[in-house]
Amino acid sequence: MTLKQGKNHLTYRVESINIELQLERRLEALGLTEGSLITVLNNDKKGSLTAKFRGARFALGRRIADRITVTEVQQS
Amino acid sequence: MKETINVGFIGNPNCGKTTLFNAFTGANLKVANWPGVTVEKKEGKAVFEGQDFKLIDLPGIYSLSSYTMEETVSRECIMSDEVDIIVDVIDASCLERNLYLTLQLIELGKPVVLALNMMDIVEERGMEIDLHRLPEMLGVPAIPVSARKKTGLSILMHAVAHHSQYAKQGPFIHHHTGKSSLHKHNHHEEFAMVYEDYIEDKIDVIMGKLAEKYPDIPNQRWHAIKLLEIDKQVTENHPLDLQDIVDRSYEKDIINQKYDFIEEVIDEILVNKSAKEESTDKIDGLLTHRWFGLPIFLGIMALVFFLTFTIGDWLKGYFEIALEQISGLASGGLTALRVSPMLRSLIVDGIISGVGGILTFLPNIFILFLALALLEDSGYMARVAFVMDDIMSRLGLSGRAFLPLLIGFGCSVPAIMASRALEHPKDRFKTILVTPFMSCSARLPIYVLFSSMFFGKYAMIVCYSMYLLGIAVAITTAYILSKIDGSKAKHALLIELPEYKSPNARTIFIYVWEKIKDYLTKAGTVIFVASVIMWALLNFGPGGYVTDISQSFGSLAGKALVPLFRPAGLGYWQIIVALIAGIAAKEVVVSSCSVLFGIRNITTAGGMNAMVATLGSIGFGAANAYALMVFCLLYVPCTAAIATIHRELKSWKQTIGILFFQILTAWGMSVIVYQIGLLF
Repeated sequence: MTLKQGKNHLTYRVESINIELQLERRLEALGLTEGSLITVLNNDKKGSLTAKFRGARFALGRRIADRITVTEVQQS
Repeated sequence: MKETINVGFIGNPNCGKTTLFNAFTGANLKVANWPGVTVEKKEGKAVFEGQDFKLIDLPGIYSLSSYTMEETVSRECIMSDEVDIIVDVIDASCLERNLYLTLQLIELGKPVVLALNMMDIVEERGMEIDLHRLPEMLGVPAIPVSARKKTGLSILMHAVAHHSQYAKQGPFIHHHTGKSSLHKHNHHEEFAMVYEDYIEDKIDVIMGKLAEKYPDIPNQRWHAIKLLEIDKQVTENHPLDLQDIVDRSYEKDIINQKYDFIEEVIDEILVNKSAKEESTDKIDGLLTHRWFGLPIFLGIMALVFFLTFTIGDWLKGYFEIALEQISGLASGGLTALRVSPMLRSLIVDGIISGVGGILTFLPNIFILFLALALLEDSGYMARVAFVMDDIMSRLGLSGRAFLPLLIGFGCSVPAIMASRALEHPKDRFKTILVTPFMSCSARLPIYVLFSSMFFGKYAMIVCYSMYLLGIAVAITTAYILSKIDGSKAKHALLIELPEYKSPNARTIFIYVWEKIKDYLTKAGTVIFVASVIMWALLNFGPGGYVTDISQSFGSLAGKALVPLFRPAGLGYWQIIVALIAGIAAKEVVVSSCSVLFGIRNITTAGGMNAMVATLGSIGFGAANAYALMVFCLLYVPCTAAIATIHRELKSWKQTIGILFFQILTAWGMSVIVYQIGLLF
């Protein structure tokens, strides 16, 4: 599934990021790497969403959220 | 002891670095640009216990790779002799991501001191940071500071002075539970950041080769790591034949392992990590809500707007009274001194009314930027980008561009300045191009005058239609531009949403003061010159100094341009001269009309009737009036705005391009409007 399909307040593990290199680098520098965890905060709108990763909140545009594939992490 | 210690301040965006930097240096900064790029460079001086410090404020960055201008600039500056010691400012409430840059800085090999900022927020959340364990694990001093409350500042400077001389890192105390290393060197005693064996093995081999080929490089471990990442700059500057070792880019491995280590650090130093539900999440639940987010934002902006133009205009009234008195005094004084009428006219009509007229906007600008600074410092502005992103991205603009457009209804000058918040140069250019189409408050007197003269009871609707037309033209332009360049540079929102915090008076003061200073400098330079030029055009003719405007160069130019303006219904030299004069400031169109047509008190009922009669006698009717308003709405903004456009874009080519486009749009639209108007 893609990050855009994620549900509010659930945590996901990043499988892959399929976006142009420049943007991928920026995400990596922010700590959003393959294998890292991301928690969706507000994905109510059609377009952009807010999410939390590596301890900080971010707003991610639809184009980014569509191109990050994730799997759900079972909450313990 | 070295005479001056050069300290580089670095940190993530929004970590409070600038607040801390300002706390040391005050507002006495030297602001310039880094050579060759449009990234701002700030320098300041400080003295602590007789020791001189030169402080350099480096751009806010997340990483030290060389993918963006800011990163490259920072990296080069730190590696050069310009920096003796690095102060890494860390948002302690957001340690995890801030430590990533820290690890990179430590790896660079220069002395590093950590300034742990926002400790108060950490405490508010019921968390604690083990300040003894952190330096043990990272091998660098960590000083808790509060930039806002100005605590810990002397200790930080003390640590900087001390550490810049004794930079040898002590032994590291790691546990690294469950990680046994087969690697032949035990780097855990030497370095804070140690990678997994397969990486460390490669680093050792590369370091050996580096030592052979480039024995003079100071930090070989860093260069080796960068070569392993296939960093563009390092591989170009120090090429090595590493085909069998660097079979691919190990950058992702290195990033992941750094973050793994950070997790280890966080686990050991952060006490009470899972604190109570954070208030930011609650506030965000409302402010970024699917339905409420937009109305709340519009409400806040309406309030800002309302304050700007009520309190602002109220103060502006006093400024205007003062200006009138000054110009009266100057006129009287100059007459008493028997100064020639020409010089008197230059000073009173040219300089005082030109520069002074611009200064009367100061209260509006002050209030507006005060409000914006409050919103920015509290952390709300980043949410605006999220709230507006969907709507704006359909126009090919960033969510943040909405703000300048809205401010544009007040005054184009602060609006264009506000476009600085946009990250991408393309976005900024587009926003700056369309912002002047938003009808600024200075154009209102023109609409009011001409619509009440020619449209009677429909005057309000005619005025309102100007605003709608401006928005329509701005949206269309943005849409067309995004269609043209849209295919390659698709917009993608990526912005950090910082924690909400109560705004800091000092930060806000400095922010507002910088904007005001900008504005005042401009009034003193560009607008001064422009006022003098406008005055000269309207007071000099082929025969020298003239008191009758119709004999001036300005009127000659107006007469020459008549054929060009005829299709737009504006083929009257007086109107053209008024429009040219309006480039100084839009309100001038009204006052120039009164001068050029020789009508006193143009805004009174009697004056308007006389004006309508005069205009009617030369064939200027309702269609012409509407075309004139359209032209005023769309043609080049005032000198102040032009100067601001140039200041922001730093290119005369682009500035002139924008002006040309605006004149063309204005001419085209007024021709269309006039020709349609003639049909009725």
